[in-house]
Amino acid sequence: MSESRNGAATPEERMTVAAAREVKDRQVLLVGVGPPNAAANLARRLQAPDAVLIYESGAIEAKPARLPLSIGDDDLAETAAELVSVPEMFNYWIGAGRIDIGFLGAAQLDRHANINTTVIGSYEHPKVRLPGAGGAPEIAANSREVIVLLRQSKRSFVEKLDFTTSIGYGDGAGARERLGFRGAGPTVVITDLGILKPSPDDAELELAAIHDGVTLGEVREATGWALRVREPLETIPPPTERELETLREMRAAVRSAA
Amino acid sequence: MSLADAVAEHVHDGDTVALEGFTHLIPFAAGHEIIRQGRRNLTVVRMTPDVIYDQMVGMGAVERMVFSYGGNPGVGSLHRMRDAVENGWPQALELVEHSHAGLANAYVAGASRLPFAALRGYAGTDLEHGGAVAFVECPFTGQRLSAVRAINPDVTVIHAQHADREGNVMLWGIAGVQKEAVLAAERAIVTVEDVVDELEPRPHAIVLPSWVITAVCHVPNGAWPSYAHDYSKRDNRFYAEWDEIARDRDRFRAWMDEHVMAAERVEGTA
Repeated sequence: MSESRNGAATPEERMTVAAAREVKDRQVLLVGVGPPNAAANLARRLQAPDAVLIYESGAIEAKPARLPLSIGDDDLAETAAELVSVPEMFNYWIGAGRIDIGFLGAAQLDRHANINTTVIGSYEHPKVRLPGAGGAPEIAANSREVIVLLRQSKRSFVEKLDFTTSIGYGDGAGARERLGFRGAGPTVVITDLGILKPSPDDAELELAAIHDGVTLGEVREATGWALRVREPLETIPPPTERELETLREMRAAVRSAA
Repeated sequence: MSLADAVAEHVHDGDTVALEGFTHLIPFAAGHEIIRQGRRNLTVVRMTPDVIYDQMVGMGAVERMVFSYGGNPGVGSLHRMRDAVENGWPQALELVEHSHAGLANAYVAGASRLPFAALRGYAGTDLEHGGAVAFVECPFTGQRLSAVRAINPDVTVIHAQHADREGNVMLWGIAGVQKEAVLAAERAIVTVEDVVDELEPRPHAIVLPSWVITAVCHVPNGAWPSYAHDYSKRDNRFYAEWDEIARDRDRFRAWMDEHVMAAERVEGTA
């Protein structure tokens, strides 16, 4: 992975920057570890200085000076406007629907943006045991919108999930309403190759944009189902110098602190 | 009471044990004492098993694990947990899986001495088939909600910053689910950084009165490599190193032998 100060953006950096751009100022963001954490904190340093960061460890309106390594870092507790217990976080804040954007990752994703973070292979005898649900099922159910971030490949974009951990659009249009979920679901799926959005008709994901320099063939090749493509297909502008520098400075500060 | 005595007296083979602390204040020293005393067939409950349950699972203390996120926070996998699930080493591990919301509410129900808690979520997922979740109809609105069975551990163990000389306990910083886990349990053991004459009021502090706690043990730095707000920093470097240590069975066993099994009994007092 290129890390030089002026080097071209890596696929992961393109993905993180594209996610950060989705955030509007003053939105309430539920942030987990990994790329979502980087994206939310990047947005706060760029176009959304007053975005509200909520970490499921209980920190509400956290303003971390450096990128936290885990959601339980003391920096989050120190800088939070309010610190609540885990039951309160999930009942009064996440469950009650106070989150504008919930960021989620996935090991596997299907065409209706349902998410697996539990096992690869069978549940009883898994090939790979993954961490499991964490906060994701209720974040997926109750946030006003969900943004999913993951690397795109035939292994991650699958025809059928090995395990359904969190619901995107279930079996298609109307499923969320039938399940009693209030939020809109995953309105955007951002990968290292492009951006997918659900069809307004049947909630199947469609490729809406690709990163600069990525070909449609590459995206199809990295998708485990026959991918629908929107017309016209947009190109995502590459990260600006400012976006990339800010992201790299944030990451370098974490490394030097670790 | 010394931690060794508290564990000997209050943690038994086959018990349901909850060592809580959400990234912060994880009672590692107590977990190590449970391992040293050779407890077996435990059902262990924790929202985030973290490195402490990775160690207990890898040392063969655990038969069943109730949890909601089994990763090494900010790093990746828990390799000992994976080895037990994927290969049955050192023994098979039965899993009862929740989401964070589900398990947090199961503790709330337990602390309230109610049989279950209701929440929105789980519907349509494969988690609903695992036996930890059922569905109920709201008697007032007819809404279909998910229900989780209450959790009432035989013993809950937590780490806190302060206890006073009467055994009242105060903790602050990220609060996690410790209050609920203590109040849900039959017995509660608390290890503390400091024993003080008087508990001073602090923002975001939780106080647990002595009469809901079974034993208090003075164990400074008892949360390492997790941390105690205002006492220590999370040892992020160790969490990253654990990924390498735990990847290999022999290296794991050697680390545990050197750092846990051969260690002195923790003789804290309070």
